[in-house]
Amino acid sequence: MIQPYADLGLQREEYDRICALLDRQPSDAELAMYAVMWSEHCSYKSSKVHLRQFADLPRSEALLAGMGENAGVVEVGPGLAVTFKVESHNHPSYVEPYQGAATGVGGIVRDILAMGARPVAVLDSLRFGAADAPDTRRVLPGVVAGVGGYGNCLGLPNIGGEVVFDPTYAGNPLVNALCLGVLPSERLQLSSASGVGNQVLLLGSLTGRDGIGGVSVLASATFEESGGPSKRPSVQVGDPFTEKIVIECCLELFDRGLVSGIQDLGGAGLACGLSETAAKGGVGMRIDLAAVPLREASMVPLEILTSESQERMLAIVAPQDVAAALAVAERWGVLATVIGQVTETGRLVVDWRGEVVVDVPPGSLADDGPVYSRPMCRPADLDALAAAVPAGLPRPVTGEELRATLVRLVGSPNLCSRRWVTDQYDRYVLGDTVLAQPEDAGVVRLDEKTGLGVALALDGNGRYTRLDPYAGAQLALAEAYRNVAVVGARPLAVTNCLNVGSPEDPAVMWQFAEITRGLADGCRALGLPVTGGNVSFYNSTGAVPINPTPVVGVLGVMADVARRTPIGFRHPGEAVYLLGRTEEEFGGSEWAWVVHQHLGGRPPRVDFGAEQRLAGVCAQAADEGLLGAAHDLSDGGLAQALVECCLRYGVGAEVEPDLGPAADPFVALFAESAARAVVAVPPPAEERLHVLCTEQGVPALRIGRTGGDHLIVSGVCTVPLADLRAAHAGTLPALFG
Amino acid sequence: MPGRIGVVTFPGSLDDRDARRAVRRAGGTPVALWHAEEDLHGVDAVILPGGFSYGDYLRCGAIARFAPIMRVVVDGARDGLPVLGICNGFQILCEAHLLPGALIRNVGRRFGCVDQPLIVGNAATAWTSAYTSGQRIVVPLKNGEGCYLADERVLDELEATGRVVARYAVDDEHPDPNGSARAIAGVCNPDGTVVGLMPHPEHAVEALTGPGQDGLGFFTSILGAVPGVLAGR
Repeated sequence: MIQPYADLGLQREEYDRICALLDRQPSDAELAMYAVMWSEHCSYKSSKVHLRQFADLPRSEALLAGMGENAGVVEVGPGLAVTFKVESHNHPSYVEPYQGAATGVGGIVRDILAMGARPVAVLDSLRFGAADAPDTRRVLPGVVAGVGGYGNCLGLPNIGGEVVFDPTYAGNPLVNALCLGVLPSERLQLSSASGVGNQVLLLGSLTGRDGIGGVSVLASATFEESGGPSKRPSVQVGDPFTEKIVIECCLELFDRGLVSGIQDLGGAGLACGLSETAAKGGVGMRIDLAAVPLREASMVPLEILTSESQERMLAIVAPQDVAAALAVAERWGVLATVIGQVTETGRLVVDWRGEVVVDVPPGSLADDGPVYSRPMCRPADLDALAAAVPAGLPRPVTGEELRATLVRLVGSPNLCSRRWVTDQYDRYVLGDTVLAQPEDAGVVRLDEKTGLGVALALDGNGRYTRLDPYAGAQLALAEAYRNVAVVGARPLAVTNCLNVGSPEDPAVMWQFAEITRGLADGCRALGLPVTGGNVSFYNSTGAVPINPTPVVGVLGVMADVARRTPIGFRHPGEAVYLLGRTEEEFGGSEWAWVVHQHLGGRPPRVDFGAEQRLAGVCAQAADEGLLGAAHDLSDGGLAQALVECCLRYGVGAEVEPDLGPAADPFVALFAESAARAVVAVPPPAEERLHVLCTEQGVPALRIGRTGGDHLIVSGVCTVPLADLRAAHAGTLPALFG
Repeated sequence: MPGRIGVVTFPGSLDDRDARRAVRRAGGTPVALWHAEEDLHGVDAVILPGGFSYGDYLRCGAIARFAPIMRVVVDGARDGLPVLGICNGFQILCEAHLLPGALIRNVGRRFGCVDQPLIVGNAATAWTSAYTSGQRIVVPLKNGEGCYLADERVLDELEATGRVVARYAVDDEHPDPNGSARAIAGVCNPDGTVVGLMPHPEHAVEALTGPGQDGLGFFTSILGAVPGVLAGR
């Protein structure tokens, strides 16, 4: 009998391997399970060999659970831990923007819940094609409404993220969502099944035909030129209300000690949940598939096993606790069904109406998938890109030209106000949001009595990474690290979502290897563990991959969130300092892109030592309450940072054009050198700031003072804040209504 | 014993924890009430918090009004029990006919979360006595279906009898947030005991986590009003 392995996304060699593992042909249901479990999305078969570098990083004392679990868990205070992770939902969001983005949020929230944590905040990193491209008008409003619709309805504040436009993402928008959760350390849950005789409980939504093959058909293949909407049946549909009650139900089950293991059902559905929990626990399972409550009665075993219906969790419950667990579910209105039990056989056996349809070792699905060392080849055009330096591009020289450049950049799609997007997100719910967008990092209070809290930032830069994947990954890490440090937190751990093209393209695989190497080296330099993450391959349209885009999340801890430093100038008469060194760095810059549509040269230099010293100054200054404001410098350079500082509370500033080593005002204003921040300091605290900067070896340049309702660059230009606000605020509403 | 203020949790309630915190910060004792119980546990007043009860997949608040707890809330309200409905709670109060009018989808058809300036219209209700009439306060507003509608006769009557509790302050910097008739952000029953409010005062009770503390007055008001209300019953 010839089986349809290729249609399910399996290679011939992979199919042969399945037959060899089983010593027979797989049943239809088994074949479907192997197809989804051995898909790129579930098995990490192309990335595994590179991701091992993260596991080799020095382990932090604070790390309670790391890679391999649903999300990493870090202890932040006595008996108190947080868990966080970022994940992609790129392909579904292109096919069906609202549901794709919504279920992306839903999926990462369940990962966090599965660790035993209460989800308390989300961040989203979004990338679209050119802002004025027709398809962006289809995709962006739906994605934003989906992220908002799901998160708002779950009652999770959205506290930060990014929105980036670049033609490279036109056929492959990126939707990466991060969720933060909090748990008492002793409530940590693990996703393994144990205890022969324990019952397997399915919680949450009915199982339907939605999302079948999502991980294999959608997320593990490249879009053909016209392939998008025809794959719509592979996109899941979200029900945030059910997720909300599933969260409350699970938290009560954890608190009452009624579950011994738990796993969320997302990509690959029951096939994944059953095989992973059984494999982790080294046990077998006997499942009665007919017990699974279905949305459509006509579903067949392979559909039930691979359905990606959302808002479902799999719990392992001791027999004597089943009645109590079912009562908790009943109280929350959550459907709960015993579908099987843990056995000593070491095999995953699935019955369907009196017939055994699956009988396999669970580890063969979860752990024994193929591992590829894919061929790699440095992209042929990299040298040419590096040689196309931005030095020769015409630059603004006169005061009027500089003013016009400033206003143009402030209103450009990547630098303008994000309020059109972020106003669709609830940032207040749960009452513990201390900072949210447009601040550098989101800050959430965890303990009302002590003020203990955490800061989170999520950053990436596809253009830098295109020019140099190793450096680009490190720059993403450096920016997220800096954003967390600038608000006054001490960086503690890293998560990442690596978005690239097809792993079958050797040039993409080389980029991916460089990204992981850069990130691992960067984390080693900063002394931070990678606690988990996600890989999204196949972000290609036809043969053209996206600019490789590692998105990096950094979590920091604050002993007292009342000491956080916001970005906005609030009081006139404060001294404005530029911390860090400015070089003539324009490769991959926003200026080169907006003004000249130019991408070439080298991205800014990375100096983790300088980042650590800057972070040290910011954290100490925040502890001592020295700063009125602090803002990290990144895209758009000093000019953009100053505009954002001024517009936040409508307090202007006057700064000198002669910024020390970078005497050229154009370089001073628009260069994108890393490891820099602008801070506002009340005059009595200036001396202390100098001492801190000298101790740490951070260059500190007094560049002006706050006040007035203009941004004045002395001797260069004077721009009313009203003009800046109009340019900054008007762009997205004009594009998206 | 400080005033005991009940906060109802429906499936899908989201701001219940915040409402309890606001009661506590105002000096009261929050009491968690459960939608499925027909029991107010002797509280002095009730808050129906924000959220998406039952997902609000049907008309907002249309299912929650049939929850067992609503029987005792409605009966209590008719006997003078003070009730504050915030956002989804306001929608539930309208669906339960304790307040006139309805809340429909925002005119912009998008969910909006903004720091919203309000003008207090009636500072004589059980929930607004800490303010002065005409006072400008800033409170977060966050909703997708916050456009208040009622027929002209009802709107005229609400205005004539001082039952517009708060309006949106609309100016150059603060555009109309949702298209509500006559910029109405909140209304009350004729006695001023039942108040529905679209903005979220419970998110403006401490400067650290909100735009300020302008919302605290709703909770201090009721704590001041409670003994009087009880004495009157």
